[in-house]
Amino acid sequence: MSILEIYSDMSWGTAPEAADIAQQWLEDHDRKFGHFIGGEFVAPTLGGHFGAANPANEEHLAAVAFGCPQDVDKAVTAARSALEPWAALGGYGRAKVLYAIARLIQKHARLFAVLETLDNGKPIRETRDLDIPLVVRHFYHHAGWAESLEDAQSGYEPVGVCGQIIPWNFPLLMLAWKIAPALAAGNTVVLKPAEYTSLTALLFAEICVEAGVPAGVVNIVTGEGDTGRLIVEHPDVDKIAFTGSTEVGRLIRKSTAGSGKKLSLELGGKSPFIVFEDADLDSAVEGLVDAIWFNQGQVCCAGSRLLIQESVSQRVITKLKQRMAKLRVGDPMDKSIDIGAIVAKVQLTRISDLVDQGVGEGAELYQPEWSCPTNGWFYPPTLLTNVSPADTISQVEIFGPVLVAMTFRTPKEAIDLANNTPYGLAASVWTENVNLSHDIAAKLKAGTVWVNCTNMFDAASGFGGYRESGYGREGGIEGLCEYLKPPAVSRSVSADNVNLNAPVGGVDRTHKLYIGGKQVRPDSGYSLSTHGEEIARGNRKDVRNAVEAARTAHSGWSGSAAHVRAQILYYLSENLQALGSESAVRAAFSAAARCDKQDGKVHAVPFRGLCYALNEAVGVIAIVCSDDRPLTEFLELACGAIAMGNTVVIVPSESDPRPAAEVYRILEMSDVPAGVLNIVTGLRKEIVPTLAEHEDVDAIWCFAPDWAKQVEVASISNLKQTWSEDSAPSVNRILSHAVQVKNIWVPYGG
Amino acid sequence: MSVQDLNGLLSSIQRNPGIPLDLDWVDTIRVNRSAVERRAASLPARRSVKKKHQVAWLLKAISCMDLTTLGGDDTPGNVQRLCAKAKRPVRADILDALGAVELGLTVGAVCVYHAMVPTAVKALEGTRIPVAAVAAGFPHGLSPFAQRVEEIRASVEAGAKEIDIVITRAHVLNQEWRALYDEVAAFREACGEAHLKTILATGELGTLTNVGKASAVAMMAGADFIKTSTGKEAVNATLPVSLVMARQIRDYDENTGFKVGYKPAGGIRTAKQSLDWLILMKEELGAPWLTNDLFRIGASSLLSDIERQLEHAVTGHYSAYNRHPMP
Repeated sequence: MSILEIYSDMSWGTAPEAADIAQQWLEDHDRKFGHFIGGEFVAPTLGGHFGAANPANEEHLAAVAFGCPQDVDKAVTAARSALEPWAALGGYGRAKVLYAIARLIQKHARLFAVLETLDNGKPIRETRDLDIPLVVRHFYHHAGWAESLEDAQSGYEPVGVCGQIIPWNFPLLMLAWKIAPALAAGNTVVLKPAEYTSLTALLFAEICVEAGVPAGVVNIVTGEGDTGRLIVEHPDVDKIAFTGSTEVGRLIRKSTAGSGKKLSLELGGKSPFIVFEDADLDSAVEGLVDAIWFNQGQVCCAGSRLLIQESVSQRVITKLKQRMAKLRVGDPMDKSIDIGAIVAKVQLTRISDLVDQGVGEGAELYQPEWSCPTNGWFYPPTLLTNVSPADTISQVEIFGPVLVAMTFRTPKEAIDLANNTPYGLAASVWTENVNLSHDIAAKLKAGTVWVNCTNMFDAASGFGGYRESGYGREGGIEGLCEYLKPPAVSRSVSADNVNLNAPVGGVDRTHKLYIGGKQVRPDSGYSLSTHGEEIARGNRKDVRNAVEAARTAHSGWSGSAAHVRAQILYYLSENLQALGSESAVRAAFSAAARCDKQDGKVHAVPFRGLCYALNEAVGVIAIVCSDDRPLTEFLELACGAIAMGNTVVIVPSESDPRPAAEVYRILEMSDVPAGVLNIVTGLRKEIVPTLAEHEDVDAIWCFAPDWAKQVEVASISNLKQTWSEDSAPSVNRILSHAVQVKNIWVPYGG
Repeated sequence: MSVQDLNGLLSSIQRNPGIPLDLDWVDTIRVNRSAVERRAASLPARRSVKKKHQVAWLLKAISCMDLTTLGGDDTPGNVQRLCAKAKRPVRADILDALGAVELGLTVGAVCVYHAMVPTAVKALEGTRIPVAAVAAGFPHGLSPFAQRVEEIRASVEAGAKEIDIVITRAHVLNQEWRALYDEVAAFREACGEAHLKTILATGELGTLTNVGKASAVAMMAGADFIKTSTGKEAVNATLPVSLVMARQIRDYDENTGFKVGYKPAGGIRTAKQSLDWLILMKEELGAPWLTNDLFRIGASSLLSDIERQLEHAVTGHYSAYNRHPMP
């Protein structure tokens, strides 16, 4: 084109970023890589390699090694032997290493950005302006944690050898989210990058050498899903951190069940993007660009479900279509491209199949008129309207540049629609009304809520999901704690010290179940004889009723003021004195004392606004008691859970459930609202499996040691949080399991 | 026929006649500052114009420039110099090397105070370059109303084809939309055939929401252009303010079918900045706003930097100011 022609049509032209230095780096390695184990690159034991391709043009970039059992074993062994000296280096020593990593990545920022774009297909603008700066920030932030940890979390210890499995959508950023906190806390790692995107992890390995990371502290084993499975199943790994699909997350939960491995999962989502009629609609539309057309929509927290208030829905859709027409899809190495290539052919096929299915189910399709490049794997920005919650595309994660739009009438309906999903990763809320925004943020079931913004991340703020989006957080103190073990302090545990034997020659007593604030006879019509008394024999239906009662009570109880919960627990504690057990009284008393002490935090993230972490109730918690201290343990766990606003279904000690029966009589006179604490006695084998599988239970705590594995296996269906322990936890530890962190981002500016 | 003539023929853009004041519309305008700033920051990062395209875009920026002198010490001498530069904004050999001679490139307009209008009109005789006059108590806009209206008539009479007026900020700060509407409508009436550019003095409006509402009211009252600044406020043209105004122009076009022009002014000094604004126009408004019918940049020193970049495009050497004729 001549200058005159361009003057006339004012087209963009091209603005290619040069790839020569990154290509040269690949050449310097003969386009073939081994694993990074024990501080050096080693050839794969069995010698196999697979190809890494550029998604934008399908060109071969390099051969990457398959991790076999021997490779994984070597890596775990290297990590194990590096553990002690690394921890012994101390916070300051580790901080200097992390700081060097941050500095070095910054110094090689463009090489990382270009290599990431070549390997992943995302636009160079994103790798350059978002991925790599966030990576650097993550290492700086965690260098700071390493330095200050000994004061901040005194007595805590590293978990040990961490197996980390990361996805292909933010290859280096997810590596940073995994490795930075692990190293700061004194752990060593074996990390497996996703098979499509191993290259920046391998470049990172070189940075580790330069930064003085001791050999064996960071090990990178490349490979496919099988290699990941080997890491998960390796007996000498202490913790697994996984980011990826909910499907694989379930497999990992299942295969680690009963192993005692600490587990954090960051999984899928179908995050709502809610636009109220009083929002800045143009900004909301621009927010959608950042929500669903960022990284080709291949983002676990992508705002993929647009919910628009009916009164403005036509305006929003019109504006949105206009905006979509301006998006540019194409060569990700071009600096003026908004949407790059889909990472792999199989993903492209999946996206396109799901869109076809949506259209088949009646959705209206909008795609801009221009067409995508045909060389490479590209998909245009896509909007589907005339969609209902019942349609497949509104339920499943598409993981592509595809937005589905629905409307709502009222704030309540917006919440109902937003929460009508098994997921709970993130949500975005657009309104200029401060009352509405905070109310909605509080009611959304999501680990992150962005108000008038979207896809904001920072190392100082935890990121992670509710429900089937996983558990654990990455970033902030909440993320760091995933890589720490509490101090192994032996706690003096007081015995129940209560005499519950029925008076000889007294009047016969009846012990029932306690469900929904009422004493109820067991559905089975059977009783169990124990300690000379008859105890109700709960069954599957009693569990069903108890969970339903707990769910019904949950919104009222979790919404009540902490002060109110404290008053009720104090009163319960008063009344428990009737049992004559000091430890029972103390259990309720100390939970009461802490109701209003577990307040949140405001994170120091680099933006003008508030990013605040709320400690929210987990939901309905099922508790399986051990047979130790049948009264005190029961009360410590139950009171801890309800103190934080959870409602509880509790299975008392099987060998001596009588204390539970005593407690419900006291609950009744202590103003504990109906359904907040439900007690199902009986045989664990007739109760616990139903509870562990129940889709409306949000967490299950299992203190009966023989049951941990089975409970963890059964938890996978809805990925309920699990906590198994065989020692008596401190009250603070109980409370930490009774809450989950929600981070709410609210930019401001008058 | 030169490209400029062609553009002239194509400019069948119907003048905005204004519409009755619609307070319900004004009431629905919401602007979220953080989100606007985020978009404004990402605009130049999302688009990059290189090589030949950059040259063409910089030439476009020149064609959209309101080359301005608004000094208390202006004399016919320096205004004539400015007009000469307006007619021949870029060294002939550079245009020749770029193959851009046939553009017949000039700036979009010359912008002066009333007293300098006759000088500028005379200096630009025989060209298509309009003279724009700042009027109506510029830059404060607080002189007696009748006098402000009279200033407009006098400048039009003296030959100004465009009138840049500034609104009463108090009307915006006190949310007196009817008063603002009446004021701008009266100025528009006084302009007659001359085009009205309405300066909002955005740096003094306090909030972006006020900028958005004032933009809408000015368009309803019949502004042909809305313009950011007089150049005399502490804060002049910024990308966030421009984004808010551009989005109001888009809504107005959608609701009424009338396209209103946009003019950022004040503080735009570098070639890179002029590209940022063109990018904003193309992204938020589209092709019609990439000609001087609907887009102007008010500037005095910008041209010199663009000339340096154009010479660099020809020679591959970084240029110097003294190599380009001064205005």
